[in-house]
Amino acid sequence: MKKSVFLGALTVAGLSAGAAAAGTLDDVKARGTLNCGVTTGLVGFAAPDANGVWEGFDVGVCRAVAAAVLGDSTAVEFVPTTGKTRFTALASGEIDMLARNTTWTFSRDVDLKFEFTGVNYYDGQGFMVPSGLGVSSAKELDGATVCIQTGTTTELNLADYFRSNNMNYEPVPIETNAEAQQQYLAGACDVYTTDRSGLAATRAAFEAPGDHTILPETISKEPLGPLVRHGDHEWGDVVRWTLNALIVAEELGVTSANITDMASSAGDNPEINRLLGTEGNLGEMLGLEADWAVKAISAGGNYGELFERHIGESTPIGLARGLNAQWKDGGLLYAPPFR
Amino acid sequence: MSEMHAETVGYVRDTMLPEQDPPATSVGAIGWLRENLFSGWFNSVLTILSLIFIYWILSALLPWFFSPTWEATSLNECREILAEMGREGHFGGACWGVIRDRWVQLLFGFYPSGLYWRPILAFILLFVALGPVLFSDYFPGKLIWFSAIYPFLMPWLLWGGSVWTPLLVIAGLGIGYGVFRVVAAAAGNLAGIIAAVIAALAWWIFLVGPLSELIHSIIPAGLNSVDSRNFGGFMLSITIGVVAIAISLPLGIVLALGRRSDLLIVKALCVGFIEFIRGVPLITLLFVASTLLNIFMPPGTNFDIILRVIIMATLFASAYMAEVIRGGLAALPKGQYEGADSLGLDYWQAQRLIIMPQALKISIPGIVSTFIGLFKDTVLVSIIGLLDPLGLSNAIRADSDWNGIVWELYGFIALLFFIFCFGMSRYSMYLERKLQTGHR
Repeated sequence: MKKSVFLGALTVAGLSAGAAAAGTLDDVKARGTLNCGVTTGLVGFAAPDANGVWEGFDVGVCRAVAAAVLGDSTAVEFVPTTGKTRFTALASGEIDMLARNTTWTFSRDVDLKFEFTGVNYYDGQGFMVPSGLGVSSAKELDGATVCIQTGTTTELNLADYFRSNNMNYEPVPIETNAEAQQQYLAGACDVYTTDRSGLAATRAAFEAPGDHTILPETISKEPLGPLVRHGDHEWGDVVRWTLNALIVAEELGVTSANITDMASSAGDNPEINRLLGTEGNLGEMLGLEADWAVKAISAGGNYGELFERHIGESTPIGLARGLNAQWKDGGLLYAPPFR
Repeated sequence: MSEMHAETVGYVRDTMLPEQDPPATSVGAIGWLRENLFSGWFNSVLTILSLIFIYWILSALLPWFFSPTWEATSLNECREILAEMGREGHFGGACWGVIRDRWVQLLFGFYPSGLYWRPILAFILLFVALGPVLFSDYFPGKLIWFSAIYPFLMPWLLWGGSVWTPLLVIAGLGIGYGVFRVVAAAAGNLAGIIAAVIAALAWWIFLVGPLSELIHSIIPAGLNSVDSRNFGGFMLSITIGVVAIAISLPLGIVLALGRRSDLLIVKALCVGFIEFIRGVPLITLLFVASTLLNIFMPPGTNFDIILRVIIMATLFASAYMAEVIRGGLAALPKGQYEGADSLGLDYWQAQRLIIMPQALKISIPGIVSTFIGLFKDTVLVSIIGLLDPLGLSNAIRADSDWNGIVWELYGFIALLFFIFCFGMSRYSMYLERKLQTGHR
């Protein structure tokens, strides 16, 4: 009897797997909430405040998608995931999308069967050293002890970089960023290496941030972006173009402050009109309302506003736009045309 | 000789002298000090060294601990307050503002703040329910009925939902009992037990859900339901810990008896289960619960993550519990079993009246150790992304206001865990004293 129950369960599993793969978009609409996977906590990108409300740059993407699909930026169920559980959570359907500072790599895209829907932050691995060490370039780090989080791509990047520059280093393995801060401040290692956004956030928390320097070298490419399951292209399109709408809104000067005016009637710029649904039927093509982008942008502002509020230069983290500026300003943000 | 006495001794005292006080150096504080701390030159040296050591620790710790930063709203504000007082540096002082800001979150996680009364009530009722079980001398016996209802009341209070669900679940017990009576009368005890278990399971799995929805649509009564994802902090630890503790003890007893059974299949099943569970780390089981089951189950089935974790923690603890209790069973002299047999008791009567009371008494320290270990193991769920206190401490540090705070959060969490574990440990000592029958 047990065996037949088990087989029966498998059959049901197979059948409904086929059925459920049909439409995440319809699932989300029927459920009325978006299940969005975020990190369990990363400064500036995702963290719950004292009232349990999630905030951050990655969280902003989730809220924009929820607003575009459901018209309500608070209709998001945030599912905290760790580095170990994030991919199974997405693959198994526990979450609809993952916005968890995940690096877009070949094997994750192809082998793990996910689809990265764009890049919301171009990061790269850097080094932080105490200013007193007198080091001004990563090339001078021969023989240094390096604090490094184990089991991450940063570990491999570090090994590659030192080998290709014919240098030696002594790794000090650590598990979490909090541990790294303590070890680094206690002098257990000369250098701390992780993504530059993480270095900036870590340094901002120090008692005397000025005593520490982030070296100019960036030794890896870390394009971080939201991702969805492979094979559900309607849903992938929704997430991809919501992110693109946020980016293009900044390029076109559409902000949360002026969007109500701009969306009230068609203006002079046809691309803005198409984006905001006052002209054309882009929303209908996505299977959403005509004003989907208006809602997405109103949720937390355009890309630039999100950046400034959560990780920009006015925040304690104080990241400059750098690579994450619009292409017109010398950055890499280049959203395809809304046409 | 007696008549010579007056001549040989000039003076004989005929009254007792009043008792003198002992010398000042052997009573009171001084006496205690001499007795316990300075009873020889070697002990004196050790005492002085220990005092220096304690002073050294406290002189570093207390100034850090007493730090007027309760009102601060960010780590930088803490540092400013401390800098104004001239206390600079890494160990200038604790930043208690983070506890003021986040203690509610550390206790309740993301539970809706308007419904905090529900976990609090469940927690208070937990002690009312435990009272008749743990302190049977001080509580009226009738309260045991409340203890029996509590396992159904608690999930309803925490998760909410229709009031009919727990009632129908209780009805399942009645159905199982009814089936047992009918089948046992017709086909014997074993068949009765098997039929009852199958009937009850079928009722719970297939009928309770639809029926409760049906009744709820006719007579709606219930609480707002709260999603498992909103559980967090100590509430999550206590929920997992208490449920797993309460279920693992009876399960462990059954497994221990099964392992000592003469029935081949029962024995093989129990040994296999125990050895398998003890052979894998708890974190592996948690990963199975969080990721593997997700893949096996049809997408869209909402098999609650906390329920999955509770089941795994319970299975894990019950395997250890079985071995602890088997130790108690093995320690009983053979004569106890033979004595039970000679009285004509059947297996269950012998277990209930003679074997188990003694075996469990012997196993109390081991049982409570397992409980304490299990309760502390609940923090492992932070690795699979549930926000227990340790997971929340990481999430709190991810707020740029509190980034960089470590010891204050860990200290607070440690204190709360200590209170619970120390409480359990003291209770086990009380129970051992109470059950002491002086055979040792």
